[in-house]
Amino acid sequence: MKETTYLEAIREAMLEEMREDETVFILGEDIGAYGGAFKVTEGFLDEFGSDRVIDTPISEAAIVGAAIGAAHMGFKPIAEMQFIDFIAPAFDMIVNFAAKNRYRTGVGAGIVIRGPCGGGAHAGPFHSQNVESYFANVAGLKMVAPATAYDAKGLLRSAIRDPDPVLYFEHKFLYRRVKEMLPTDEEIVVPIGVARTHRPGTDVTVVTYGAMLYRAAEAAERLAQEGVELELIDLRSLRPLDIETIVESIKKTGRVLILHEAARFGGFAGEITAQICEEAFEWLDAPVRRVTALDTPVPYSPPLEDYYLPQVDDIVTAARWLLAY
Amino acid sequence: MRTLQPDDLRELYRFLLLTRGLEERLDRLFKQGKIVGGLYRSLGQEATAIGTAYALRDADWLAPSIRDMGATLVRGLPAVEVLIQYMARDSRFTHGKDNSIHLTDRERGLVGPISPLGTQLCVLNGVALAFKLRGEDRVCMTYQGEGASRTGSSHEGMALAAAGDLPIVIVLEHNRWAFGTRSNREAAVRDWADVGKAYGLPIHSIDGNNVLEAYGAAREAVERARSGGGPSLIVAETYRMLGHAQHDAQEYVLQQELEEWRARDPIARYERLLVTGEIAAEEDLGAVRDSVDRELDEAVEVALATPTPDPETAVTDVYDEATDPRGHPWTRREIIGYPDLQVRH
Repeated sequence: MKETTYLEAIREAMLEEMREDETVFILGEDIGAYGGAFKVTEGFLDEFGSDRVIDTPISEAAIVGAAIGAAHMGFKPIAEMQFIDFIAPAFDMIVNFAAKNRYRTGVGAGIVIRGPCGGGAHAGPFHSQNVESYFANVAGLKMVAPATAYDAKGLLRSAIRDPDPVLYFEHKFLYRRVKEMLPTDEEIVVPIGVARTHRPGTDVTVVTYGAMLYRAAEAAERLAQEGVELELIDLRSLRPLDIETIVESIKKTGRVLILHEAARFGGFAGEITAQICEEAFEWLDAPVRRVTALDTPVPYSPPLEDYYLPQVDDIVTAARWLLAY
Repeated sequence: MRTLQPDDLRELYRFLLLTRGLEERLDRLFKQGKIVGGLYRSLGQEATAIGTAYALRDADWLAPSIRDMGATLVRGLPAVEVLIQYMARDSRFTHGKDNSIHLTDRERGLVGPISPLGTQLCVLNGVALAFKLRGEDRVCMTYQGEGASRTGSSHEGMALAAAGDLPIVIVLEHNRWAFGTRSNREAAVRDWADVGKAYGLPIHSIDGNNVLEAYGAAREAVERARSGGGPSLIVAETYRMLGHAQHDAQEYVLQQELEEWRARDPIARYERLLVTGEIAAEEDLGAVRDSVDRELDEAVEVALATPTPDPETAVTDVYDEATDPRGHPWTRREIIGYPDLQVRH
């Protein structure tokens, strides 16, 4: 066992895959000599050379396009977006080229596009976004959003091996805050599309992912003192969505709260809510509640950002409301 | 470097006729209501795609744009596949899932266009990067109209190709029109070769209606890429003789301009060259025409007899596996179904 941060887990997944498989390479902005904006790829250039750690111009479309083309030829490219906000210039390549590649040619574009998402770092409207719902409606894409170091490692390994395009959202707030003891004597691989029950409970189901898992855990601790047991489900994968695990939990609790850090309108909670209504309506004792960020851009100033992001109090209030319903 | 032999010269002629003849048949089928969606013609600019693609080897890769059907035929794509594709039948490569001129065929190293143009260059860069990483002496070639060259992905693609010294040849076809917008409204450049200067690309400016000039420039550019000399830009001056697609009657085009360009028709010019250069006699050309006509008429018969795809295949090939990790098919039709209410009460 070794103490490993979330960031180190991401590094290790890439290091191990690159050592084991010569077809894996990374391309992106400032990932070589500089080691990446968050130092995720520090030292990679020395170990793998500039053929496998490729610094590119500030051209996200070109980065993703080159990854798709190399995947055509049997490589397994990892395209780094310096901040996940900067995935926007590559939207066309992802949505129109990568996602539809298998459908129109029979061969998938097996690429990983990864980048730091999320707020809490007071980084403002363009370095804090959560972009999952921009892509959620696109068939052909897979999306994962790990919350733990174990899953960060295991999901990245699965993403690299996956023959279809995977968007890998790593939460920058967790990079150095999350530390776990990870086994060193086993290969950590987490399948894409399977959720995890983070904390079992009987009263209210909380469905969440990414950094919000920790807010939910804090709320659960607080409510436990009142004798209320939240069941926390960490989705880990957003597409495919593990609706089974959610429904099974609702059968037990009859009450569900969906928590995410992205804004509310058109947010991913909407899809989860719809599926719950279709598949678990009879099991619900209260309406589905959403706890999300507000419908504004992500604000910069700390008091504004705190106001914008879901807080522990919001989760506690929502859970109490569900119980009182 | 290969010099063209008389057989090559005749073969180029055959590809020119095949391309135009295939489009004429597509036009007829369109008028009969047999084509699904738009029909994109390359009338008048066939020589650029054919001449440039002829400079490649089988192992090379090529990404044609929408007016480069001729290049796909040079790569060996059978005419019948194009017909099947245009009629949205169960085509061998997209099985009716992607549009008409999006001619993709892995076996022939073809990456077909997607409708947001300019994007292919970015993808072919990746193919070229793969060749380079493996130390293979293979090259890529891709096309774009001057219209597509205005997109961000085209500029990003040129920048990365140049910065990465990638083995790729970019053919910019200046055909004067981006749908209904004249090229002088697309950029302030007089000479479209200037587009490549910002990226330090070696530039070949050619008469795009001269198949041998297209071949000659491509041969040099391909050789440069193959020997580690990096990317090049070929700028072909040509003219789109028909509207953007069949629905466009190009009323915005001056008749006089069309007449001027009609006089520079690449096929008529090449025929004169073959005859005056004593490469072929008039009757030889006639024999090629007859053989191409027969080939195409047969292809039309086969295409018309090809079935449409099975509706249920609409849900296949979205993801690699037929099921997700929980055992569901990736795309569920029954998800829209209704549970039996009787059982629930």
